[in-house]
Amino acid sequence: MDQVTINNFRAIVIGGSAGSFPVISEILLNLPKGLNIPVILCLHRLKHIRHGFIEALNLKSKYMVCEPEDKEKILPGKVYLAPSNYHLYVELGNTFALSTEEMVKYSRPSIDLTFETASYVYKDKLIGIILSGANSDGADGIKKVKDRGGFTIVQNPSEASIKTMPEAALKTTEIDLVLNTKEIINFLNR
Amino acid sequence: MAEEIEIRSIRNIVAAVKDTYNFDFGNYATTSFKRRIERAISVFNCKNVDELITKIKADKNFFDSFLKEITVNTTEMFRDPSFWRKLREDVLPIIGSHQNIRIWHAACSSGEEVYSMAILLKEMDLLGRAQITATDINQDVIAAAKKGAYPLRNMELNQSNYERFEGKGKLSDYFSETEGMAYMDTSLIANVTFKPHDLVLGPGFSKFDLILCRNVLIYFNMVLQDHVVELFSNSLFKNSFLAIGSKETIAWCKSIDKFSTFSIEEKIYQKTKE
Ligand SMILES: C[S@@+](CC[C@H](N)C(=O)[O-])C[C@H]1O[C@@H](n2cnc3c(N)ncnc32)[C@H](O)[C@@H]1O
Repeated sequence: MDQVTINNFRAIVIGGSAGSFPVISEILLNLPKGLNIPVILCLHRLKHIRHGFIEALNLKSKYMVCEPEDKEKILPGKVYLAPSNYHLYVELGNTFALSTEEMVKYSRPSIDLTFETASYVYKDKLIGIILSGANSDGADGIKKVKDRGGFTIVQNPSEASIKTMPEAALKTTEIDLVLNTKEIINFLNR
Repeated sequence: MAEEIEIRSIRNIVAAVKDTYNFDFGNYATTSFKRRIERAISVFNCKNVDELITKIKADKNFFDSFLKEITVNTTEMFRDPSFWRKLREDVLPIIGSHQNIRIWHAACSSGEEVYSMAILLKEMDLLGRAQITATDINQDVIAAAKKGAYPLRNMELNQSNYERFEGKGKLSDYFSETEGMAYMDTSLIANVTFKPHDLVLGPGFSKFDLILCRNVLIYFNMVLQDHVVELFSNSLFKNSFLAIGSKETIAWCKSIDKFSTFSIEEKIYQKTKE
């Protein structure tokens, strides 16, 4: 496992909910120099607040964080955030697609759906990371990532401010690494 | 989770639907369409894609239910309140000076958007001069729109949207409650013409001052987006408006030359060239 580095992959998807914001900020601040794959964030957020959140993320991030528009091309070295009240899909042909389909596990955006669609396109070239959160969204998604040969990481439940989501993820599949925030950052930089 | 199906199977379903009923889903966005098909297979208890195809071909009623299942009908009143404020502040003052205000809700779903528009127009004293056409591919949602009866639990979100839209009164001024349902004041839609219309194969049928087509293009691939935007372009008077969903864009459509951006934030375009 030691030689796994993000250079072996085509994209990183990160899912988080309650308690994940500081972790995400820390990760975005410490992304490696010369990052040449996209980072796709699916975070639960206040449903009808369109602004503010992305500004807060951008304040610290090393790379620009943007909310993709429908059918926007997915580019390396960019950080994308699922827009509020839409599901964010990775579409065939390396673009995003948005959807207002029914909520999944009371969530839109749904982490499960972003992970599933990303793993369908990137197969074993995808890294999936699940962070702190208060429900089980992401568990089915990270299982798909694993089933399709991708690499899976879950925030250590003992560090997560709310451990429901990491624990749910750990229950559905054999997760490759269980890491604290610092270790996640080290992994991304090795 | 529903069973995973192959892209090839999707093509077979699309072909069966096209041959039998002349609806063309060939250019719907792959990922969401695939999901809807997987969902339909499990909702209708089909063993596999072949069974689904056989049922579609054999039974028109089954096809009607299938059509409802694969289209995404989620909607809200005053979805994106800032969009509705923009209409009130900048768009309606322009087209409101016309003798008739001609509006097309393209893909109106269960009507929440149509009621929002009628309320907005009423609060601006423009409803009397409005001629609204509301269309959708799905006859069931059109029937629901005409009826204007919505589960009360949905009204909470609608109400909070209306508050952020900063309407003149309360949303509850426009509906009455009975047994868990909100019944909209249907005098609001007295001047609305509802009819079935397919954006893919359907013709243009009139000209408008404002077309709303929000959160529909996301279900189409870029080829189909292009086609539909051209249909809209041909259905707009010069200097009239096209409004799309807040995360959609027509920037890469061929017809973009005919439009200028009126509000980048709210995705409102003005057709400035014939
Ligand atoms: C998500 S709803 C949009 C509702 C509303 N405009 C909003 O933004 O809240 C999408 C609608 O598009 C309709 N639709 C899908 N394909 C269509 C087609 N080919 N022609 C017309 N309507 C279509 C569906 O039936 C559905 O009601």
